[in-house]
Amino acid sequence: MASKFTLSNRTGWLMAGPAIALIAGFVILPFFLAVGFSFTNQRLVSPNPAEFTGLANYRQLLGLGVLHLDPLKDAAGATVLDDQGQPKLPELRSITRKNPDYPQFDGMREWFSWSSGAGRTYVLASDVVFMKAIVNTVLFVIVVAPVQGGLALGLALLINQRLRGINVYRAIYFMPVVVSIVVVSLLWSFIYDEKQGILNNLLGALSFGALPRVDWLGNPATALASIIFMSIWQAVGFHMVIWLSGLQTISPTLYEAAAIEGSSKWQTFRYITWPGLKNTAILVLVVITMQAFGLFSQINVMTQGGPLDSTQTIVFQAVQRGYGKQDISGGSAISVILFVLVLSVSLIQRYLTRERN
Amino acid sequence: MKHLKWSAATIALIGWGGMASATETLTMWYHGAGNEVESKIIHQIIDDFNASQKDWKVELQSFPQAAYNDSVTAGALAGNLPDILDVDGPNMPNWAWAGYMQPLTIDESKITGFLPGTKGMYNGKLYSIGLWDAAISLVTRKSILADLKLRTPTLDKPWSGDEFEAALKAAKASGKYKFALDLGTAWTGEWYPYAFSPFLQSFGGDIIDRTSYATAEKALNGDGAMAWGKWWQHLFKDGYAQAKQDGADRDNGFNTGEYAFSWNGNWAALGALKAYNDVVFLPAPDFGKGSKIGAASWQFGVSAKSAHPDGASKFIGFAIQDKYLAQFSNGIGLIPATTSAAAMVDNYKDGGPLSVFFAYSNKEGMVRPVTPGYVVESKVFEKAAGDIANGAEVGATLDAAVDEINADIKKNNGYAPH
Repeated sequence: MASKFTLSNRTGWLMAGPAIALIAGFVILPFFLAVGFSFTNQRLVSPNPAEFTGLANYRQLLGLGVLHLDPLKDAAGATVLDDQGQPKLPELRSITRKNPDYPQFDGMREWFSWSSGAGRTYVLASDVVFMKAIVNTVLFVIVVAPVQGGLALGLALLINQRLRGINVYRAIYFMPVVVSIVVVSLLWSFIYDEKQGILNNLLGALSFGALPRVDWLGNPATALASIIFMSIWQAVGFHMVIWLSGLQTISPTLYEAAAIEGSSKWQTFRYITWPGLKNTAILVLVVITMQAFGLFSQINVMTQGGPLDSTQTIVFQAVQRGYGKQDISGGSAISVILFVLVLSVSLIQRYLTRERN
Repeated sequence: MKHLKWSAATIALIGWGGMASATETLTMWYHGAGNEVESKIIHQIIDDFNASQKDWKVELQSFPQAAYNDSVTAGALAGNLPDILDVDGPNMPNWAWAGYMQPLTIDESKITGFLPGTKGMYNGKLYSIGLWDAAISLVTRKSILADLKLRTPTLDKPWSGDEFEAALKAAKASGKYKFALDLGTAWTGEWYPYAFSPFLQSFGGDIIDRTSYATAEKALNGDGAMAWGKWWQHLFKDGYAQAKQDGADRDNGFNTGEYAFSWNGNWAALGALKAYNDVVFLPAPDFGKGSKIGAASWQFGVSAKSAHPDGASKFIGFAIQDKYLAQFSNGIGLIPATTSAAAMVDNYKDGGPLSVFFAYSNKEGMVRPVTPGYVVESKVFEKAAGDIANGAEVGATLDAAVDEINADIKKNNGYAPH
């Protein structure tokens, strides 16, 4: 049964054809390949045929364990103390390296730990770097999504006025979006430089030299925050434009009615602007979240995941393993995990922002 | 019948005539695009070779170094490699194992006098040969040694680990330098294993156990490696060197007096000589298991799929003549692979300002682990060295590196040769 959809729409299919073919070839097919590869030991370069390895890649990436260690006791039952007079714990590596009593912790490393009771409780991970990458990426999303969305809305409200020369401001705010992220990252790594960087010079001048110079990207405490700040700045203009388009769909008659009713600025925003922006808000939130999960270029150019893994991210790890270390199967497994993560977050967002009757 | 004979004869004649004048084209890829001098020399060699005989004609395609390895991988995946490849020494076993390269058929006698680092041996066979090698030395000035009252080490009697420690301490205590030692941490990538894993080997550790190439256990987390890790970390913690260095500091720091010592390659030697008239290039310190520096640079090999391996080998045999070795050395400052070629180069001949590098390459040079897994191991080592420099716990970091290397070996079925 040839339907109208397939037949009389020939021109439509012809027009959509190239895009469909490209998306199928470069997005959909690689996606299924990645899922397939993640269950094998596929290499980028290897004479060996790939073998099915089941969930080994996922187990290696996501393996976690909790271990509590009590202080060592000597023969008399007294606690052994170390050089600093603290209770001495058994060495962690004596347990995680080929200890037949603890096969479940073999090859794991300390992710984080805390004192509990007389001893210490450790959370172990078989891939600490990947765990840090997940935490950093989630942190990045949690900060960037609301801050970038909020700032973009603020800028859009400021710009949505009929003033002389307002287009100049629009252009200025939008400018970083047009510049390649690689170039922006390079420029910001100069800005953040410890010795010659503008940021340190500026802070030094404003504080009359009281503030010490900071190696923004070289210090594990500041590196991720520096990248978050720069990323928010870079893409805020894009979301500002989306907010702006949302603002301009709100009918002016509503504002006029509000003015007649004598509503305050806040009331106008709360009861007219914000409800009118609801769909835009969902769009902006979803887009920022998805872009933020894909954080890669800034890391690749500015820090390479360092120092001390403080800026590792999921996508950076996927590329590093799949391509740098020729481990296509490991990189694919990371991509699949990222896909599941982004999908669940998007579904939760959809649920929270659903139409309530 | 007669007619048929005639045509057969004609075909045979045409065929024979065609054979006689047939010049087979050999394609060649090279990593040096963008370097004018290098490109001029390589073209010169190719032109000479093409003019010297009638059977083969080499055609060159140059790539920028940063994109070269990726291009070869992509070319191999697409089944589209040239006849002649050039390959960075430590990568060769990976390419040979993956089936990108085949052994060379060059007369052994032609390369007997070559520096050990220039011969790309894998699995008992010669896969690649280099026209040059590179070497690292501890660069300083005679006046600095005199000022800090330090013994001048020699190849026969290099500094011990303690003497090196004392030298760094004296340099720091003098207060004249921003940092005592310029290690070049600004250069990421292969520089880390190339420049810093020899320290590890001098301490008695290694990136991998070279007797089996099957595990890094004990090699990268044994006593030697732990001692190296603690020493490496203290360099940064005690302020002798920078864990994060500015690229500009690396390029000009020593030449402008910011460092007392610089750990740098022969390619930077001419710049140092220009900056000071009393520069000396010292051998690597000996931390117990001898002075070690990295060996092996770019080398030529034949791709596995080449239809004319004989022609490709012939070209490589032609290219390794002393006069070309000397030209490359004169042109881009590399160490010529033979003594006879070194004698033709002002910098490297006996008594030449860089002649020590030839001796260092010959005596201290140690190739990086000869295993297909090296491409992964080098990245694991780079990360471990970087993390330790930034203050990560030595034991746990090395353990993790060992685990990652061993997991990779396992994933590749032990990198068994094919």
